Amino acid sequence: MRSPALRIYFPLALYALFLLFPFYWMLITAFKQNQELLNTPDPLLIYHWTFAHIVGLFTGTAYLQWFANTLIVSLGATLLSVAISYLTAYAIIRLRFPGSQMFGTAIFLAYIVPPSILFIPLAEILIRLQWFDKLWALIPIYATFIVPFCTWVLIGFLRSVPRELEEAARVDGASNLLIMFRIIFPIAVPGVITSAIFAFTLSWNEYLYALVYMSSSFNKTVSVGMTSELISGDVFQWGQLMAGALIGIIPALLAYFFLAEYYVAGMSGSLKD
Amino acid sequence: MAAVRLESVSKRFGKNVVVEAITMEIPDREFLVLVGPSGCGKTTTLRMIAGLETVSDGKIYIGERVVNDVEPRDRNIAMVFQNYALYPHMNVYDNMAFSLQLRGMPRAEVDKRVKTAAEVLGIGHLLERKPKEMSGGQRQRAALGRAMVRDPDVFLMDEPLSNLDAKLRVQMRVELVQLHRRVNTTTVYVTHDQIEAMTMGDRIVVMNEGAVQQIATPKELYDRPVNRFVAGFIGSPPMNFVSASLVREGDRVYAQRDDLKTLIPAALAVKLPTASRGEIVLGMRPEDVRVANATTPQSASGRVDLVEQLGSEQIGVIAVGSQNLLMRTSADTPLAAGDGIALSFNDAKLHAFDPDSGVAYF
Repeated sequence: MRSPALRIYFPLALYALFLLFPFYWMLITAFKQNQELLNTPDPLLIYHWTFAHIVGLFTGTAYLQWFANTLIVSLGATLLSVAISYLTAYAIIRLRFPGSQMFGTAIFLAYIVPPSILFIPLAEILIRLQWFDKLWALIPIYATFIVPFCTWVLIGFLRSVPRELEEAARVDGASNLLIMFRIIFPIAVPGVITSAIFAFTLSWNEYLYALVYMSSSFNKTVSVGMTSELISGDVFQWGQLMAGALIGIIPALLAYFFLAEYYVAGMSGSLKD
Repeated sequence: MAAVRLESVSKRFGKNVVVEAITMEIPDREFLVLVGPSGCGKTTTLRMIAGLETVSDGKIYIGERVVNDVEPRDRNIAMVFQNYALYPHMNVYDNMAFSLQLRGMPRAEVDKRVKTAAEVLGIGHLLERKPKEMSGGQRQRAALGRAMVRDPDVFLMDEPLSNLDAKLRVQMRVELVQLHRRVNTTTVYVTHDQIEAMTMGDRIVVMNEGAVQQIATPKELYDRPVNRFVAGFIGSPPMNFVSASLVREGDRVYAQRDDLKTLIPAALAVKLPTASRGEIVLGMRPEDVRVANATTPQSASGRVDLVEQLGSEQIGVIAVGSQNLLMRTSADTPLAAGDGIALSFNDAKLHAFDPDSGVAYF
């Protein structure tokens, strides 16, 4: 066990295999013919390729509409939440108003409350505002659970930005707003991107609120649309489900792929200068 | 260009008094050093002048103006921070130009000022670099440049050299003094390093526990410390202190302790309070402790405990009774650990302090 190949890469390879297996399963299922799904000599191989599931998904369901809905809601919720979170975290860490510490803790507690407890009171609010079954209503709703989390991430990140930078800018003649956006924000970008990735993934995967608050098929998101329209009773259309899931992971995949570096820097909360 | 004046300025954090009623006047163009151990209030004082800390009591003047409630950006000061505080996402040029751009200065003028300052500091070729692509010394110069381009009334520097390695620190020390001579801007410089303070300051303010101990030129501080704290803080190796009893023999006054008995010259003895209970703390700098010879009277006898060779000179640790005395002599004085030794003091340069209050008699 001396060589790094054995010590590091072998366990890593095992771990990768473990993590990637569900994706592999999803991939092959999306391209298998229906009769091969349950009755096949080797379930890990495809004997007869087919694109029928993917075609069926796009022609037989409103998948594209769901996809567009999810994208709009996720991007909207991400933008809104990150903007609010940056302002909140900045205020808590940099302005140090009376009670700011308590406020920070309160935000963390808000994150702990599970969404399933909140969906009835939230429904009440939505009905009173007459926002029920309105797609964009999901944006502020998602913000209710994303903002606490992103604020928490950004608080940790902003805390690591040296105070002297802000002070140097104050002496240099910058106003509070200018310091917040031109000095601290560029430094906080890794943290902002980390929280944005989180926000995006959380909203992309969200199921409960989208299920409860959106009733028409036109307003459904990917996760809700697929489970409600591709599962009827105990009949699972596995091929189309997996095809839909496969396409559904693309945005998150792209986000992580291009932003992984920032993500790591953001999570470790470190600022290499 | 402006003078700075502090009038019984205090700073409290809750019940905690950090700076207690300090008063000082910094004439235009002076290089003033605030020095003291950590937690003495020197940095807080500097930050109050900068406007980064509010003033609990008293008044701060920059020029003729009371600046207590003036925002840092309206005080026309420039500050250099210990960790440089360069904006990491901007290159050196933008770091230096930032404050000028905020003031709406024409682009050509900004360009001229930044380039001139960069040339003076020898970082003209680094203007495109980001802070992380530079060494500590280069970052330090960039931080100085950012302060210089402003052409401020006052430079405030908070331990700007303490993150540099020893050799570079000595070099930057010299450069800073030369720079000050060149731009002639009032400078307040904070350090915990008494050597930095002694070598750089026109005048030095020694602080301890939130209070000013003494304000004086380096020479005066060294030769005539007003109390035991200043005497012990300034000078390296530090002054020797010996608790001694006063013994009067006729009209002569001696200070005595164990194997140490030294005559206090009449000119100094008259400064001793007559009412004292006969105890003082005697102080002598290591260079005023010498090997006794035929022409000098013996003041103490002891044994050489340790010799530190410094090349041009040596520091001897001499055990006298229960106490160690440091002596600084030229390297060719024969000193060997274990040897018995007779010492004489340069008695014109003796110091004496009240054993309770620490106030200097002479």
